Amino acid sequence: MRSSTRQIDGVTVVDLSGRITLGEGSVILRDTVRDLLSKGNKKILLNLGEVNYIDSSGIGELVSAFTTVRNQGGDLKLLNLTKKVHDLLQITKLYTVFDVKDDEAGAVKSFH
Amino acid sequence: MSANRVSYTFDSTLETVNSAEEAASRIAAEAGFGDEEVTRIAMAVREAAVNAVLHGNAYDPRKKVTLAFERTPGDLVITIRDQGKGLDISKIPDPLAPDNLLKTSGRGIFIIRSFMDEVEIHPSQAGTEIKLIKHVHGSPAGGKEASQGQ
Repeated sequence: MRSSTRQIDGVTVVDLSGRITLGEGSVILRDTVRDLLSKGNKKILLNLGEVNYIDSSGIGELVSAFTTVRNQGGDLKLLNLTKKVHDLLQITKLYTVFDVKDDEAGAVKSFH
Repeated sequence: MSANRVSYTFDSTLETVNSAEEAASRIAAEAGFGDEEVTRIAMAVREAAVNAVLHGNAYDPRKKVTLAFERTPGDLVITIRDQGKGLDISKIPDPLAPDNLLKTSGRGIFIIRSFMDEVEIHPSQAGTEIKLIKHVHGSPAGGKEASQGQ
């Protein structure tokens, strides 16, 4: 999995691509979020538009990222879910837990 | 080994999880399942392999994971076996319960059950065997769950 970040109006957009699975993918996501929080970036928008696969470990990592950011007074939202990821979040009832967006500009505004 | 049965023996490593998923994807496609079903079958096998490697064998290099695929006239039957202590099914929480929604683990068996037509879990002191069944020509009416245990 690959991860890159960019700043838009005080929101950190994290562009993820590849697979979020047990091992490397989950570790990259965890490290990315930890790094952002350590630098005081607490408004995080995870762009999953290029994430074509996620397993239960990856779901667990998304949940962990969400609760970690919330516990530090921040917010984490999801952007551009692929069908596979969307379906998995539906099945696991997490679709209603996460704030899921499909428009980047609107998603950035929603943090303010 | 008959032509309709293929089996593999893997070490208890993360690579095994990927190998099991790849084998499942290939064999499910060869069995004639569509792309979406292939993805679901491969993900169910991946989750079962994760359980076998992590929770069953606990990465013990002396313990193996066996994976078998069998084509019957109506089904693709996949069996994953580990050499761990035996999964305690009663201790698997319901991941959809409100108190568990934000847990960071415990969704593997649920995903397996969601994606396969029948799931049988046979824990023993010699390890856990999990059998995953997908009907080749669609599910029989009401045939979603035929699982042992919860």
